[in-house]
Formats: sequence, C-alpha cells, structure tokens
Amino acid sequence: MKRDSKKVDPRYKIANREALIGLGLVIVNFIWWFSFAYGMGSKPVDEYSYIFGFPAWFFYSCIVGTVIMTILVIVVVKFWFVEVDLGDEEGDKE
Amino acid sequence: MNWAVITPLIIFLVVIFFIGFWASKYVNTSSNFLQEYFLGSRELGGFVLAMTMTATYGSAGSFIGGPGIAYTEGLGWVLLAMSQVATGYFVLMILGKKFAIMSRKYNSITMVDFLKERYKSKWVVIISAVSIIIFLFSAMAAQWVGGARLLESLTGLNYTTALFIFAVSVLVYVVIGGFRAVAVTDAVQGVVMVIGTLVLLIATVIAGGGISNIMADLTAENPNFITPFGADASLTPAYVSSFWILVGVGVVALPQIAVRAMSYKNSKSLHRAIIIGTVVVGFIMLGMHLIGVFARPILPGIEVGDKVMPLIALEVLPAWLAGIVLSAPLAAIMSTVDSLLILVSSTIIKDVYLNYIEPKASSDKIKKLSVSITAVLGSIVFLMALNPPDLLIWLNLFAFGGLEAAFIWPIVMGLYWDKANKYGALTSMVLGISTYILFDTYYPQPLGMHSVVLPIVISFFAFVIVSIMTHKKLMNNSTDQVQRSVKA
Repeated sequence: MKRDSKKVDPRYKIANREALIGLGLVIVNFIWWFSFAYGMGSKPVDEYSYIFGFPAWFFYSCIVGTVIMTILVIVVVKFWFVEVDLGDEEGDKE
Repeated sequence: MNWAVITPLIIFLVVIFFIGFWASKYVNTSSNFLQEYFLGSRELGGFVLAMTMTATYGSAGSFIGGPGIAYTEGLGWVLLAMSQVATGYFVLMILGKKFAIMSRKYNSITMVDFLKERYKSKWVVIISAVSIIIFLFSAMAAQWVGGARLLESLTGLNYTTALFIFAVSVLVYVVIGGFRAVAVTDAVQGVVMVIGTLVLLIATVIAGGGISNIMADLTAENPNFITPFGADASLTPAYVSSFWILVGVGVVALPQIAVRAMSYKNSKSLHRAIIIGTVVVGFIMLGMHLIGVFARPILPGIEVGDKVMPLIALEVLPAWLAGIVLSAPLAAIMSTVDSLLILVSSTIIKDVYLNYIEPKASSDKIKKLSVSITAVLGSIVFLMALNPPDLLIWLNLFAFGGLEAAFIWPIVMGLYWDKANKYGALTSMVLGISTYILFDTYYPQPLGMHSVVLPIVISFFAFVIVSIMTHKKLMNNSTDQVQRSVKA
C-alpha cells in the first residue's frame, strides 16, 4: 500500500471528517461542563438554587450536560456518519 | 457466611464460565488462530463492542475507589468523574474507521502490530511492547488485589482463598476462550454493572429520604460537599479539568482500549457502539459516584473509602439484592483484568515472540504457546498478588498515565498525519514516559494540573518537531529501503 500513497483511499476522507466531529463534540462537552459547574457553582452556597433537589450547577453541568451530549452523539451519528466497507479490497493486490 | 449475598455471586461466576466454554469452540475451529484468540476474528457487534469498551475501562476505580472518594469529597468529585463521559464517543470517533481500515490493510492484530507497520521501526516495537508488558502487568496485579479484597469482604473468606477463587474464575475463561470470551463476558459484566448501578442508586435515594433531603443533610454537615470544590475547597478548576486529559481523551491511547477499536465487524457496529457506549458510560459514572455522595448522610463516619460501596449496598438493600448489586464491582474488576491478561499475552506472543524469537513458528505451536503463556501469566500475577512487591505498586501508579503519554501521539498522528515518522514516534514515546514519571515524582501537579498533562504536551511538540526535521532524511533513505524490502 506504500506505493499507492498518491492515490488516497476515499474512505479516509470520511474517516478524517468523523474524527474531527469527535474532536468538536469533546470541545462542546467540555465548555458546557465547565461553564455551568464553575459559572453557577462559584456562588456562596446560601445563594444556590436547586432543581429536583440538586444544586443548579450540578444539575445543568453533569445531568443535563450528559443528556445533551447523548442527544448530540445520536444526531451526529445518525445524520453525518457514513457507512463504509472496512474490508481491504485494495490491500489484496499487494 | 451470608449465603443470600453469596448465591448471586456464584450464579454470576457460573454464567461467566459457560461463556468461556462457548467461546472456546470458536477458538478450536477457527482457521486463523491468532485473529480469533486475540481479536475475536473482528466480529464484534455494536452492543458487545460498547459494553466491552465500557467494562474494560470501568475498573475497580469506578466502582470502589471512585464512590469512596465521592463520599469524602462530595459533588465536586462527581463533577470530576463526569469527564469520563467523553470516552464513550471520543475513543471510537477518533480511532474509528481509520484505525479499523488501516489495521485491516496491515493485517494487524495488536496495537503494536499497527505501530510496527506504520513506522517500520524495530525500536518502536520494542519500546511499545516492553512498556505495555511492564505497565499493564502491574495494573493487572493491582486489580487482582482489588478483586480479591472485595471477594474477601463480601464472603468472609480469607484473602488467599478469595484471591485463588478470583484467579481461577478469570483464568479459566480467558485461557480457553480468548478475546471472544473476554468481550462477551464483558458484555454480561457491563449489563450487571448497569443494573447494579440503577438498583443501588434508587435504593440509596429512598433510604436517604429523597434528593432534597440528602442535599440538606450534606449542607448541614459541610456546605462544601455540594460545591464543585471538594470538602476542603481544594479541588481547583484547573486540577479537575485536567482529568479530561487523564480519564477522558487520553484513554484513546490505552492499548487495551485501542485494540477494541480494530475488533468490530462493520460500520454499523461502530455507529451503534458509539451511541450505546455514551449512554452506558454516562449512566454508570454519574450513578456510581452519586451513590458515594448520597451514602454519606445514610452511613456517616466510614473511614476507609473502599468500604463505602459494599457497606451502603448491604445497608439499603435486602441481602439477595445486595448480592446481585455487589456482583457489579466484581464484574468491573474481572472485565478489566481479563482484557489486560489477553492483551499482555498477545503482546508477548505476537509482538515479541513472533517478531523476534521464532517468526516461522507453526500454527499448532503458536496455539499451544498462546494458551500456555496466558495461563502462565495469570499464575505469575496470582503469585504477585499474594504479597504485592513495592515495585509493582509503584509501577501501577504510572500505568495508565504512562501508557497514555507514550502512545497517544504515535497512534493519533500515525493515523492522521502523513509526515509522522519513526523518529518522531520514538522521541515522543521516550519523552512522554520519562517526563511523566519525573513530573509525578518531583513536581506533582505542575501549573495546578494532573502530572500527565504536561508530558502529553511535551511529547506532542517533540513528535512534530522531530518528524519534520527528519522528514528529508527519511525521504532519501526510503528508496533504498524499498529496494531492501523488495529483496527480502
């Protein structure tokens, strides 16, 4: 396969794009997690508000955050991820 | 002995054995022994893939250690633990299709196989294999100690007997069934983990009189329990965030995780596994660590963090249900240990023996050797775990971080950067491991972050700079390399 290095496997383009999506998701996840946790959680405890018994910072950062990430992952996989054949037709010719 | 607790544990072990025997049929009839024994013939479906990923990753840490620290630190530790949710999708999206396609082209069975074909360097192979064997062997021994201690505390058996039962249970199915047995038992263990978490979470909330009540009790004891900063306000945002590297994105580079990303059947399995994995990791991490926090008002004053999980289960559940729930941490430990065992064995057979000792070994010999090496390895770990040497405990501290620092760039850059070459890979591996051990020993928490972060940054720049500098040299060499390989 070294010899065909000029002809790039078309599946790699798909794979590269999906890896970038993964990177994007992790950044979104981190920003969400960080801003709610420290944005709302840095107040004095007396001023905390509560949702379903949890402090609001925790509820949004950890619980809603996880639900939103799950939904995003589902949407991204269903609509943007492409099914490709992983097998090795080209490699056989080596 | 409390038979109501023990019976579900026994049933659980019997089910695991049956899976081992079932998988051994594939091992005996497969036309390609190595592919089957160490990779399950690349036939994993989405559900099994997601579960084996989660279960391999979720070890004693997530079920015993983590909830214990959450008990002492409060919600701040749950926040930290949630950085692991990213592993559910990140690992499979980054390694994803590229790794699966390339490893099929290269016909790789292990992660080191992949690095070998990608970088064509003997030293890359040797350093990788040695660091995997050293680090994962110590990690495995530490988990065995955890498994035996848990069994000891649940059954009342003494440590040696508990360790023996644990060792035999794991060894039998791994040795006879190989990777397929590991993956499928992981799936069962993963399901046990999810159910265990759910049941215990609900029971704990009820026992604590509802979430609002628990939060009020926690605030009354120490308001810091419900802040993101930990019991004595020492968890800084920088420190907590740095766990996104150690237990979040860095997990990509753990060999026992990476190898799973080449074991699945097709794109559909991958897609399904990404979704299931995210849900399962998110649920288990949130649930288990919350249980640790919620346990505090119900059972105050537990001194040893590792006892929180077993004690709260026995407190809030009827004995038979506690038995089922407590198979979850046992499942978590077993599913980590089995994966490490088969991985270390594959490194010895495929990456060391077949590369450098006897490349032309007959398939019959490989088969006998694989099975016996796996069994011998298990026995050595057993002996080590009886009385763990200090060196092993010390190495275990560096196991995950060390492997991440070593492999993250050789894998990721090897997949996505054409100019990545062997010199860059070698430099980044050596620098990654050594700076990590140095930082951790002499300057822990540089810049307020976990000591794994800087070595990963350093090894990144080392990788890029060295690869670019040696790019020309390698281009000139490559012509005679091709000639050599043609002759060979």
